[in-house]
Amino acid sequence: MPQPVDTLKGFALTFRQMFKKPITQQYPEYKRPVYPRFRGRHRLHRHENGLEKCIGCSLCAAACPADCIRVVPAENTPTNRVSPGERYARIYEINLSRCIFCGYCELACPFDAITLGNEFELSEYSRDDLIYTKDMLLQPPVKRVPVASPQLYDTPIPYYREHS
Amino acid sequence: MTEPWWISVFKALVLINVLLLAMAYTTWLERKLLARMQNRYGPNRAGPFGLLQPIADLVKMVRKESFFPVASTHAPYIAAPALAAATALAAFSVIPFGGGWTVADRHINGVIADVPIGLILIFALGGIGIYGFIVGGWASESKYSLLGSMRTCAQLVSYEVSLALSVLGVVMMGQSLNLSEIVAKQGETLWFVIPQFVGFVTFFIAGIAETSRPPFDLPEADTELVAGYSTEYSGMRWGLFQMAEYVNVIVLSGLLVTLFFGGWHGPWEPLGPLWFFIKLVLFVSAFIWIRASLPRLRYDQLMRFGWKVLLPIATLNALVTALLVVWID
Repeated sequence: MPQPVDTLKGFALTFRQMFKKPITQQYPEYKRPVYPRFRGRHRLHRHENGLEKCIGCSLCAAACPADCIRVVPAENTPTNRVSPGERYARIYEINLSRCIFCGYCELACPFDAITLGNEFELSEYSRDDLIYTKDMLLQPPVKRVPVASPQLYDTPIPYYREHS
Repeated sequence: MTEPWWISVFKALVLINVLLLAMAYTTWLERKLLARMQNRYGPNRAGPFGLLQPIADLVKMVRKESFFPVASTHAPYIAAPALAAATALAAFSVIPFGGGWTVADRHINGVIADVPIGLILIFALGGIGIYGFIVGGWASESKYSLLGSMRTCAQLVSYEVSLALSVLGVVMMGQSLNLSEIVAKQGETLWFVIPQFVGFVTFFIAGIAETSRPPFDLPEADTELVAGYSTEYSGMRWGLFQMAEYVNVIVLSGLLVTLFFGGWHGPWEPLGPLWFFIKLVLFVSAFIWIRASLPRLRYDQLMRFGWKVLLPIATLNALVTALLVVWID
């Protein structure tokens, strides 16, 4: 059955919407704060004395379901001490084009050496540029991402995210 | 009134450029209005308010590879979009946009081709333009394109009848098929939308179906047929189909303004073409508004509405108008 009144109501509705402010968030100008537990680009961490936390145990690579982490360990020597343990990661690479950002690596790490940060703007023009080396992962990220206040959310932040 | 051929050529050259620009900015207006009706911004990156977006789209489409499917029938596949766009553009040549001016002792008509049977010419050109859509879809050798063509066939043919019948009342009241004379008649008496309101409504609805705009966009129903007859097209060939569609919208709006809303006449006379332009923009916006508000019809609903509702009303309107015209005279 034709319902002319309801149809006209629909027209009135679309007309009224024209004068409302759009709800779109203009992304590059406005970055919506990410959740505190948001899983973005990885970071490797150092101890306060400057030594790397990673001891090259490859547990993260074993836990990785996407098989995107490559760790090649080497022995620490008295002249070249990189980490407090016996060994350190000579090569630590994460292929971010394969990474699914599941966070299993930070769960597997016994020393909280690797955590997932908040950076999500990881586009590159070449796939090779998405292989992040140890040096890149140890650096603080170039772009900062706004993070919403943890007080706004009732889920606790895992200790390994807070203390590393 | 006749004018030297070179004035007509010059006018045609100017108008075709204006029309193409208008078509480009109709896409902009549509995207912008539609977005605002859906609480979005629409294009706002290229230039202020996204005003350069149509230009960017054009550059993108022209630079795209002119690809066509191996299985397609090449000659009609290539000719179809050009046919659709050319007839759509040609149809605008008989729509009057001004009352005519005298510049340096030469009379300049407010229309490119002052044809005595302008209205019939528009329908004829529209009828040829439909072949562009039908042949283009058929020549693509793809099931979606073919289905789109079949729907175009059925829909445009059945709604063209109502479209032609619904203007009969106007023709009888204006006593002419020349659009300039119909407009002049409206200037003398009153806009035909008042005595011919039923004719206006049927013409508007049939016109939406004729330009296959939502809610009658069955031929290119994206949710069912990918893109209907233009599925296998890309680049500027697809652009020509889009151009044909939007120019058809403009032509139809122009026809609505000419036949029912007094053409270039307005509250203050000297503004001629500006009044025509304002009314045209309002009608194009109405097309967009309808698109934003109504869902697409089902195929059987479309056919039933066309043959069992629109056509009888249009016929009755023509008959009653004929009786009244004879009776009053």
